[in-house]
Amino acid sequence: MIWSKEETLSREEMNALQLERLRETVRRVYDKVPAYRQKMIEAGVSPEDIKELSDLARLPFVTKQDMRDNYPFGLFAVPKDKLVRIHASSGTTGKPTVVGYTEADLDTWTECVARIACAGGAAPTDVAQICFGYGMFTGALGLHYGLEKIGAAIVPSSTGNSEKQIMYMKDFGTTLLVATPSYALRLAEVAREMGIDPKTDLNVKIGLVGSELLTDAMREEMHKVWGEDMLVTSNYGMSELMGPGVSGECEHICGMHINEDFFIPEIINPETGQVLPEGEWGELVITCIKKEALPLIRYRTKDITRLHYRRCKCGRTTCRMENLTGRSDDMLKIRGVNVFPSQIEEVVLSVEGLGPHYEIIVEREGYNDKLTVRVELATHTDSFKTLETIEKSVRGKLKVMLGLDAKVKLESPNTLARFEGKAKRVKDLRPKA
Amino acid sequence: MTAKQLSVFIENRQGRLGEVLHVLKENGVNILSMSLADTTEYGILRLIVNNPEAGRDVLIEGGFSSIITEVLIIKVPHVAGALQSTLELISDKNVNIEYMYGLSVEEKDASIVMKTNDLAVACDVLRAAGIDTLTSDEIAKL
Repeated sequence: MIWSKEETLSREEMNALQLERLRETVRRVYDKVPAYRQKMIEAGVSPEDIKELSDLARLPFVTKQDMRDNYPFGLFAVPKDKLVRIHASSGTTGKPTVVGYTEADLDTWTECVARIACAGGAAPTDVAQICFGYGMFTGALGLHYGLEKIGAAIVPSSTGNSEKQIMYMKDFGTTLLVATPSYALRLAEVAREMGIDPKTDLNVKIGLVGSELLTDAMREEMHKVWGEDMLVTSNYGMSELMGPGVSGECEHICGMHINEDFFIPEIINPETGQVLPEGEWGELVITCIKKEALPLIRYRTKDITRLHYRRCKCGRTTCRMENLTGRSDDMLKIRGVNVFPSQIEEVVLSVEGLGPHYEIIVEREGYNDKLTVRVELATHTDSFKTLETIEKSVRGKLKVMLGLDAKVKLESPNTLARFEGKAKRVKDLRPKA
Repeated sequence: MTAKQLSVFIENRQGRLGEVLHVLKENGVNILSMSLADTTEYGILRLIVNNPEAGRDVLIEGGFSSIITEVLIIKVPHVAGALQSTLELISDKNVNIEYMYGLSVEEKDASIVMKTNDLAVACDVLRAAGIDTLTSDEIAKL
């Protein structure tokens, strides 16, 4: 099902709508936000210069650093009394990034999430259990309002207390699960420890996963533990832009449909800032064109993806972004090779006898980088040969995929850390340059 | 005529062996013999215990990778050459011995725990030669 008619506009209609909203937004931030005005003056561009959509490329980028520099409300385009909600990102490095919403912004957010939830199979009959941490994080409340709008029954169980989560699922007949992919896998593990098989004893048929990369291998693993008939879609968003609801996959799993009437996507070369054509990999840049409180223009997401404009089999005409390959931030440079943790994850999940959890350790030995991948045994054996085969298989596949020699460390099951929010699987122990 | 051996994967990390033994102790599993084979990164601890199934279950519950393997526990008299002649019987049938370690619980005889690549043939050979083995039931009574 398609939630809104805006998801099926022709390209011309969509572009006309985008241009109108873009011009209005640029004019407004120029007038209302001194920091923006300053940036635009420095870039030698004024609101009148935006005559076509391609003029977007003339506007300066906004980065996370800009948000920090203007902490907490410096980039807001409305007075504080118009705000009805304030969220903040975790801010693991430095100050958190603060985002605000007017009443109209909350309606927009709800609309956007309802669309992606609908694309992911959600219906009024669903019992939707939201296993995202409630609080300052936008993920939980975003999904909450969107699913509620659709008419699903919300179980706001948040994260933690996994046994109780499973009990709710069983007793309330949960049909839809919202979680990070790694927590969804963890929950299945807990269920099995409790003697409950998620495939047969639970009725979870839809997984809306987000806030973390969903690799193909991880999706396969989701099917393996939750059932082949589960529809697992990933969705995308970030608090700076609004929260979840920027884009999401439909049942055809062929890229995440972007809510283009609210967000204009661009792909740039992360080093030069140059806009790249359709189909090329690069950093995703998003411009919010229908937000009141915090209308970020050309926000650099640091996420690496590419865009397609072909019409989808589902009937939606909106631009699709491919599942992320990683973040330009997460990218590790090991012995000069670009490595995304998602590539390592793919290898780990493809080897028989290993569990889905892993940890990547990068160290410096003399002048050399050393890559170690810790993996968990999911099999029981009395034979060194079996253990060696597993180890060699991981090493060989890593070598093929990355061109790097890695050390593989086998661990007992349940040794590595489990994460309920975003997984932190990389330990870069190299001295900072 | 075979017996059940408990095998546990352990990382070469300080205290790891102790953790295995602790889990077994807490659950009343008594160890009669053990062997630890290792590489630089990990090892396999092999145990003859009074209750191998319970041992495996509590170890897996405790987050260890553990499995039960069928082995032969062969009684060997305290006589020079006794072990050699038994092994010869087995190797004559082209059966490989993968590993072996001692078990001394009886006063009169010693015993060895042996894993071969062909359990059925090894059993036949021993049975034909009238050599005694210990089963898990007998081990449990020791």
